[in-house]
Amino acid sequence: MAIFVDQNTKVIVQGLTGGQGRFHGLRNKAYGTQVVGGVTPGKAGQDVEGIPVFDSVADAVAATGANASFIAVPPKAAPAAILEAARAGIGFVVCITEGVPAQDEARVFATLQRDYPATRLLGPNCPGIISPGKCNIGITAGEIAQLPSASGPNVGIVSRSGTLTYQALYELKQQGIGVSTCVGIGGDPVPGTSFVDCLAQFQADPETHAIIMIGEIGGSAEEEAAEFITNHVTKPMSAYIAGVTAPAGKKMGHAGAIVSGGKGTAQGKMDALRAAGVQIGLNPTEAGILMAEIVRTIRS
Amino acid sequence: MDLFEYQGKQYFAQYNIPVSAGGVATTVDEAVAVALTAKYPVVVKAQVQVGGRGKAGGIKLANDEAEVRLHAKNILGMDIKGHVVKRVWVEHASDIAEEYYASFTLDRAAKQHLLMLSAQGGVEIEDVAAKDPTAIVKLHINPIDGLSLATAHRACVDAKIPAKALDGVADMLVKLYNCFTQGDCDLAEINPLILKPTGEIHALDAKVSLDVNASFRHPEWAEYAATEELDAREQLAREKNLQYIGLDGTVGIIANGAGLAMSTLDVVNQVGGSAANFLDIGGGANAELMTAALEVINSDPKVKSILINIFGGITRGEEVAKGIVEAVKRVALRAPIVIRLDGTNADEGRKILADAGIPESQLTSRPTMLEAARAAVEMAK
Repeated sequence: MAIFVDQNTKVIVQGLTGGQGRFHGLRNKAYGTQVVGGVTPGKAGQDVEGIPVFDSVADAVAATGANASFIAVPPKAAPAAILEAARAGIGFVVCITEGVPAQDEARVFATLQRDYPATRLLGPNCPGIISPGKCNIGITAGEIAQLPSASGPNVGIVSRSGTLTYQALYELKQQGIGVSTCVGIGGDPVPGTSFVDCLAQFQADPETHAIIMIGEIGGSAEEEAAEFITNHVTKPMSAYIAGVTAPAGKKMGHAGAIVSGGKGTAQGKMDALRAAGVQIGLNPTEAGILMAEIVRTIRS
Repeated sequence: MDLFEYQGKQYFAQYNIPVSAGGVATTVDEAVAVALTAKYPVVVKAQVQVGGRGKAGGIKLANDEAEVRLHAKNILGMDIKGHVVKRVWVEHASDIAEEYYASFTLDRAAKQHLLMLSAQGGVEIEDVAAKDPTAIVKLHINPIDGLSLATAHRACVDAKIPAKALDGVADMLVKLYNCFTQGDCDLAEINPLILKPTGEIHALDAKVSLDVNASFRHPEWAEYAATEELDAREQLAREKNLQYIGLDGTVGIIANGAGLAMSTLDVVNQVGGSAANFLDIGGGANAELMTAALEVINSDPKVKSILINIFGGITRGEEVAKGIVEAVKRVALRAPIVIRLDGTNADEGRKILADAGIPESQLTSRPTMLEAARAAVEMAK
């Protein structure tokens, strides 16, 4: 088991003929992901190293039976691409595009909620998702992810930041701890999938025994996660929140990472998670070490 | 991107939100000329992106040319909480019967737009919220439904906006909402929104923050970017397309990825140091990017040591290492570098760094974030 994606996930890449789509799409395929098609309007009939290209998502779905989409198109085109995938019945959409306007994100999210409730969007501006050994959609380097072990215990990872997601994967690999699924939800103001969505799935997944969460300053997603953990998560957790030293009023790289009006501070988020029983590391390595201890306890 | 009041008012005007007649001035003579067109009495207002300018003496009423001269002379160049006033906005003084508050933002938790409306305007809205939370009406708006005049009307009734101002404020709310959505604002706020004795509704102030991700559909924003107040380091970083924020410490930071950069700041702080900046060079970490990043850090006289924190994902360790070696050769650095290189092919990368023939005093490598931070902080002492 894993969450959201596994060996049966069939992926199309919207923007496969573009630079990013081609590079990451082919890497995902090389990892073993079932990349069954690409979509670029006007380029139907072509192929990218054997992957057939279609004019529309609907055509690609009809021909390949795809149930997931990887969107790697520019910010201007991303909202329409997400909605096209939803219209074509795609159940899981990963959008890595950075720089989508917040107003567009809010409209897309509301439209999915109202018209396409069966479609889950991950991102925009996220590194993607990997269920090691089964499926990798997005920009994660598959080789830094430790395969889950059949006997467990395995750890689920959910993160708002790209490089810190890799860091978490790497820490676990160093410790020889298997990963069930690693989800990068992205650092934008209106992410399609939240911490809470992922925590609910990890809690329900029998192959996930513990969870690492990587948060950052800005918004209230970590506080909402803390409330959910208190009421619904029984699996042990460790967490790290980036941005303890970030000054107020400055966006720290991500569009969503900003402390404003005294809200969204790292300290507030750490306090909330600690109160929910989550072990807090003061840096990513510490969160990894705490998780290694958790895993040792589960093993013994 | 935060706009100055005068820019916010010009932005409002594009959406038919009434603002006072006025203009911006950078000199006393310009202020006098603007006052003549705006018609006396006028208000001379300091243009700074910080609250409390009234209390600091940055807003003055002027009845004639002599008073405009006096106030403009005093306010231009004034230091308000570390912000030096470069411009004043001179506008016709309005008669005020009542003051209200209105704003639109995106509520990230609800993933919907949020209207905040209060019949108690003209004071800090946080103070109103603390004293009497019921005085602020909060209304969520589904972005795909938008705000209808009828809903705006209902919000006004709920906020106890008096009958004589109801229609005007409701109409203003719809206009402000259009500005917020079509104008791609993160925040569109009017405080105070005034009722004049003549019955008209009017925006006496403007606080607008724009979502820079939407710049591609707003070519007119270029002029706002030109007036953004950046320090010399931030200006250089922008020219080189780097995500940079200047801070006050002594350890220069370069990392790939926003989260890792933030995390690097935290770890430096944790071991007793202080970061001179936030700098995310993104995923690539090639020689060009690294050179540009080192040039920016090198331009900061406070920097005593440089911490490069790279996690190789798709970009392999050896490529990152080659980039660093090349960059170090190109830039005449004033401070020593400590590198932490980890991830894909990190061992190969570290070997390239070790074999590059760069003296230890100029460049050293540490295997973990914490050890690298300790070394960099030690060197900065």
